[in-house]
Amino acid sequence: MTAIAPPAPARGGAFKFPGLRKLEQSLLVYRRVWRGTFFGTLVSPVLFLTAMGVALGSLVPNITAFGGVPYLVFLAPGIMSAQAMQTGTVEGSWPLFAGFKWLKTFDAMIATPITVRDIVLGHLYWLFVRLAIVTGVFMVVAFLFGAFRSPTFFLAWPSAILTGVAFGICMSAWTATRKTEQSFSIIFRFVVTPLFLFSGTFFPIEQLPETVRWIAWFTPLFHGVALTRSLAIGHDLDLLTLGIHLAVVLGMIAIGTFFAFKTFKKRLVI
Amino acid sequence: MPGPESATPLQAASGGVSGAAREPLIRARGLTKKFGTFVAVDAIDFDVAPGEAFGFLGPNGAGKTSTMRMIGAVSPRSGGDLSVLGTDPDKNGASIRARLGVVPQLDTLDTELTVLENLLIYGRYFDLSYAEARSRAMELLEFVQLNDRASSLVEPLSGGMKRRLTIARSLINEPDLLLLDEPTTGLDPQARHLVWDRLYRLKQRGTTLVLTTHYMDEAEQLCDRLVVMDKAKIVAEGSPRSLIEQYSTKEVLELRFPVGVQETLDGQLDGLGERVEKLPDRVLIYAADGEDVAAAAHERGLRPETSLVRRSSLEDVFLRLTGRSLIE
Repeated sequence: MTAIAPPAPARGGAFKFPGLRKLEQSLLVYRRVWRGTFFGTLVSPVLFLTAMGVALGSLVPNITAFGGVPYLVFLAPGIMSAQAMQTGTVEGSWPLFAGFKWLKTFDAMIATPITVRDIVLGHLYWLFVRLAIVTGVFMVVAFLFGAFRSPTFFLAWPSAILTGVAFGICMSAWTATRKTEQSFSIIFRFVVTPLFLFSGTFFPIEQLPETVRWIAWFTPLFHGVALTRSLAIGHDLDLLTLGIHLAVVLGMIAIGTFFAFKTFKKRLVI
Repeated sequence: MPGPESATPLQAASGGVSGAAREPLIRARGLTKKFGTFVAVDAIDFDVAPGEAFGFLGPNGAGKTSTMRMIGAVSPRSGGDLSVLGTDPDKNGASIRARLGVVPQLDTLDTELTVLENLLIYGRYFDLSYAEARSRAMELLEFVQLNDRASSLVEPLSGGMKRRLTIARSLINEPDLLLLDEPTTGLDPQARHLVWDRLYRLKQRGTTLVLTTHYMDEAEQLCDRLVVMDKAKIVAEGSPRSLIEQYSTKEVLELRFPVGVQETLDGQLDGLGERVEKLPDRVLIYAADGEDVAAAAHERGLRPETSLVRRSSLEDVFLRLTGRSLIE
């Protein structure tokens, strides 16, 4: 073919890690809006740990199932995981939907060398960053409350991050299929809140009636909470159990990402 | 990374292709787009030459935007052949997009960011360094007369300013080809003229422009050549002048009658001018000399409320070709 000026490789749009450019966009936006969210990020763990960990915890006997730790120590990693779930799910709903529908920033991106795949990956990177911030702040607050006593407590941080990312990317894949935002609040009411309450966040699932206890094993948050708590408390560090919990969380991320590639593409490439 | 040559974005936007080969920048043959069973673009053929300002004129729903999205390598075609910048957009989309500037129909600006940040991050999508993106952004903001708004958020800007910012954004990668989908739809007349002025400057610099519009005056002002689209097909092609010469007369007499009178006129207009077109609100009489026809109509005892002689426009071409107005 005697084509004029075939796209020159130097300007051919191929550069390393284009997904990072989507992350840069998220960070630029975050730099504008972080003050609005940071207050909640900081205050939420303080409130929860004060009201439930300290005040309510003073009425609760030490949790024998976890080596007789005080309730505060038991609660902190659970709340941290649950908050990670909530943050991830939020990031996968309204702010993401804006890129599809309200601001159409993704339409602007795919008109450049950035591909749909890069947008998914960039969004995934952003989930990691956002979750690292939120759970990182929680770690510091919980540490100051004296909720960490085990030498392995710092491993609870990546565990909580992964938990939040798992929910975030699955929600994102689903959000890409939505025409309106109406169903998001239903998700929060009927999925996020029940998981928050019954995944071992506030009490060991052994407290649930035996007939329904097994259900917890099939809820995704349970595994994130169990993994994060085991690492934070340093109790029950059975590698097989930990491995199963980790596999479930990583599996959610893999499946969510796989479907996000599909649903984002279906949404944006028409 | 800043390129070895220190070309400014606006200079580099001038053609970008050596004049040696005048192969078309875009070549479409039998280009088709379907959504399910709905045919949005029905086997159209066209070429766009380097340095040309090429237009798609047609009403809403004619298939203009679908065509633009296929050229822009964001929408796969359903059939036919398409070559953009010498390659297939379905195969080498990212490398084509690296050399395109795109002004979409609806603004896709990041309203959470400032004017300058919008340009910077867009430059990053094209792998520019921040330093390079910033220097280009400052120059482009001056070009679209928004340099005093660099640190303003996007949201408070007027519609015309947002459009100009979108145009600036589309030039950040020094594109070889600029695609504009209804660049002035929704703008007030003053804002439209400002956008036209900037586009006209780009055209004079030799930038290849491809635009869609349903405004005939926009097509006349900006396009060297255009195709008229209707119902997913191309119904005519040529320069604005040649289309008018081919499909219309030199002048048009517009007669507006009092309410109810137009319906009672049957027969009385026959033989006036070369052709008579009755619209719901007025009668158009096509003739080489409009004043002559106006006088003849007066002699017949016709007493319109208003009578206006004007030159033929692309609107008349469209009416002739499709029997309908562009904006309904």
